Amino acid sequence: MANPLSSRMGIVAVGAVIGIVASLLQYLGNPPNMGICVACMERDIAGALGLHRADIVQYIRPEIIGFVIGAFISALLVKEYRPRGGSAPLVRFFLGVFAMIGALVFLGCPWRALLRLAGGDWNAIVGLLGLTAGIAIGVIFLKSGYSLGRATNQRPWSGYVFPAFMLGLLLLLLFKVSFAEGGPIFFSQKGPGSMHAAVGISLGAGLLVGVIAQRSRFCTMGAIRDVILIRDCHLVSGVAGLLVAAFVMNLFLGQFKPGFDGQPIAHTDHLWNFLGMALAGLAFALAGGCPGRQLFLSGEGDLDAGTFALGMIVGAAFSHNFSMASSPKGAAAFGPAAVIVGLLFCIIIGLTMREKAN
Amino acid sequence: MSTTKIDARGLSCPQPVVLTSKAIQGGADDLEVLVDNEVSKENVLRIAKKYNLKTEVREEGQDIIVQMSKS
Repeated sequence: MANPLSSRMGIVAVGAVIGIVASLLQYLGNPPNMGICVACMERDIAGALGLHRADIVQYIRPEIIGFVIGAFISALLVKEYRPRGGSAPLVRFFLGVFAMIGALVFLGCPWRALLRLAGGDWNAIVGLLGLTAGIAIGVIFLKSGYSLGRATNQRPWSGYVFPAFMLGLLLLLLFKVSFAEGGPIFFSQKGPGSMHAAVGISLGAGLLVGVIAQRSRFCTMGAIRDVILIRDCHLVSGVAGLLVAAFVMNLFLGQFKPGFDGQPIAHTDHLWNFLGMALAGLAFALAGGCPGRQLFLSGEGDLDAGTFALGMIVGAAFSHNFSMASSPKGAAAFGPAAVIVGLLFCIIIGLTMREKAN
Repeated sequence: MSTTKIDARGLSCPQPVVLTSKAIQGGADDLEVLVDNEVSKENVLRIAKKYNLKTEVREEGQDIIVQMSKS
C-alpha cells in the first residue's frame, strides 16, 4: 500500500505539523518550550500516580495517551497492528529507566531539546550535541553486531494492554479519582505540572500526532542515527521540519527568547546537559527509538517498546525520589552519579548483547 | 554469483538495515532480505535505492521478501 507520509515530503510535513502543534500547545497553556516533551510528560504522569512526590510536576498528560491511542488506531486501520515482543524486555525496561534519568538531568527528551532550541534556549545545543554523542556510541555498538535479539509474534490481545493502560489513565484524568485523603491522583497546583492546555485540545493534539507519526515512522533518535550510520537524511529532514516550523511559530506567537540564562525549565550546567543527553541518546539508540517512537510502536503492538516506556515512567519516579532530576538551579545532588552509572550500564549492554552471525 | 540471504525477521530497527548494508558493502549485489513488517520493508527498500539496486517485493504469509539485484 502506498504510504505518502513515509516519503521525503511526507516526513517533512509530519515534522512541521508536530512543530506547529507543539508551539500552539505552549500558547494554549502547556509549559514554555514544552509543548510536547515525552520525557517530561511521562514524568508528570508518574507524579500524578504518586510514584514520585515532586508536587510541581504531577499531571496526567493527555498528549501521551493520544500518542499511543492515535498510533493504535492508525495501525489497526492500515493493518499494521501486530503484537510482538520478547526481545530482552527487562534490558529494555532498564534502558528506559536510564534514558529517563539522563533526560531529566538535561530536562527534556529529544523533542523538547528541539523545541527549546526553537524557543531560543541555546542550552539545547549542548544537549543536542550530547544526544548526538550518545547515539554515535550506540552506532559503534550497532556496527559491531549489537542486538537485543529477535521479537516473536504474540497473542492478538497482548497488544491491547498498553493502549488499555492509556485508556485507564484517561479515565483517571477525566474523573479525577481521589484514592486517599490528599493522596493520588495528584494534580500540581503550581509549577510546570499545573500548566496545561485544555484536556480536549491536548488529547486531540496527541491523537493527531500519534496517527501521523505512526504512518511516517517519525523518530528523532533514528534521524541522527541514520545520518551517522548510513548517511541517510530521510528522518532528519522530518526533524528539520519540526525545528523550522516550531521556530517560525514561536516568532509569530512571541515565544522566541534567545539566550543561555533564565530559560524556562532549563539550567546552564553545560557538562551535565551534555552528559545527561549523551546517556539518553545511547539508551535510545540501544533500544531502537526515541521516547516518542517507543510510544507509537507500543500502540502498534510492540510489547518491548511498551516495556521501555514503562521503564521511563519508573525512571522518572527514581529521578525525583532520589534527587537525580535537575532543577533550573542546575544538576541535582545525585544526578551526575546516576548519569555515570547509567552510562556504565549502557556500555556493558552494548558490549555484551550480540547477534551471532548468520 | 549466489544469492545472499538475510533473515531480519523479528529484529528491531535499524538491524535489518545494518545487516543489508553490511552485505552490500561486502560485495553482495544479489540479495534476498526477509522481513516481517512494513517499516523494515520501507527501510530496506531505501537502502536498495541508495545503492541503485533493482528491487522486487513479494509476500509469503506474514513474511515480506525483498529481492535485490544489480540493475
